[in-house]
Amino acid sequence: MVIGLGHYLAVAAVLFTLGILGIFLNRKNVIVILMCVELMLLAVNINLVAFSIFQGNVVGQVFAMLVLTVAAAEAAIGLAILVVYFRNRGTIAVEDINAMKG
Amino acid sequence: MLLQALAFYVFAAITVASAAMVVVSRNPVYSVLFLILAFFNAAALFVLIGAEFIAMILVIVYVGAVAVLFLFVVMMLDINLAELREGFLKYLPVGAMIGAVLLAEILLGLGVLGSGSVTVAAMDKAGPQILAVDNTRAIGRVLYTQYFYLFQVAGLVLLVAMIGAIVLTLRTRPGVRRQKVSEQLYRPKEDAVTLVKVPPRGGV
Repeated sequence: MVIGLGHYLAVAAVLFTLGILGIFLNRKNVIVILMCVELMLLAVNINLVAFSIFQGNVVGQVFAMLVLTVAAAEAAIGLAILVVYFRNRGTIAVEDINAMKG
Repeated sequence: MLLQALAFYVFAAITVASAAMVVVSRNPVYSVLFLILAFFNAAALFVLIGAEFIAMILVIVYVGAVAVLFLFVVMMLDINLAELREGFLKYLPVGAMIGAVLLAEILLGLGVLGSGSVTVAAMDKAGPQILAVDNTRAIGRVLYTQYFYLFQVAGLVLLVAMIGAIVLTLRTRPGVRRQKVSEQLYRPKEDAVTLVKVPPRGGV
């Protein structure tokens, strides 16, 4: 019963898949989509840290910290945009976000 | 060793289950709370593997900052939950199909990795070693020397995010009276005091 690299990678794979599934299922709710992006970044971090530990190289953990920084910045900016959008339009449904005709 | 395996399975199961609850729960507030649970258990997994510093950073940054930010925004916005939920079942088949294919591919890759035909590079002798000192000290040794510019760039990213969030959400309301100290101090004498020549017995 030795916990190896494969176990951690499997957990990260399941988390990543759940994040993608959440983006597909909650097509209307931007907040839950942002949370699913956070879950996917967590899966990436688990991968980085697991490889770092099992290879005996600490650089993976340094990079995981950078990913964490970017995740925090992304959440802050995303939620700020969401608050401004809700203030202007009164809704956050994804279908209504079409002002730029994209 | 058995205890370690047991702890791993418990933490991994709770992480995956709470991630699933983030996706399927009806109320976004519950989603945020399950997200916090998932982050805590992922931090426990990191502690179990021996990466204590990243685990503590995860708890501080994600649970202390990001998840609370989500909670604030969810509670601040007055959103119609029922309207946001519709279409959940419509997208379930295609989403589940894509998710299943993705998971199968990743696990297939892991199986190939485990079967020995592809090998991960073994202990990296050239890279910074982590076994000699404890985890935090090992990270600090490379973070402040070899990857110092990366560290600075991370700080810049956070600075830009902070300024961006403030600029986006700042608004100046018209019609709000507030004290403007500089205008008070720089008011010229002519605006403030007028000399009136009062005639005798005339009054003002």
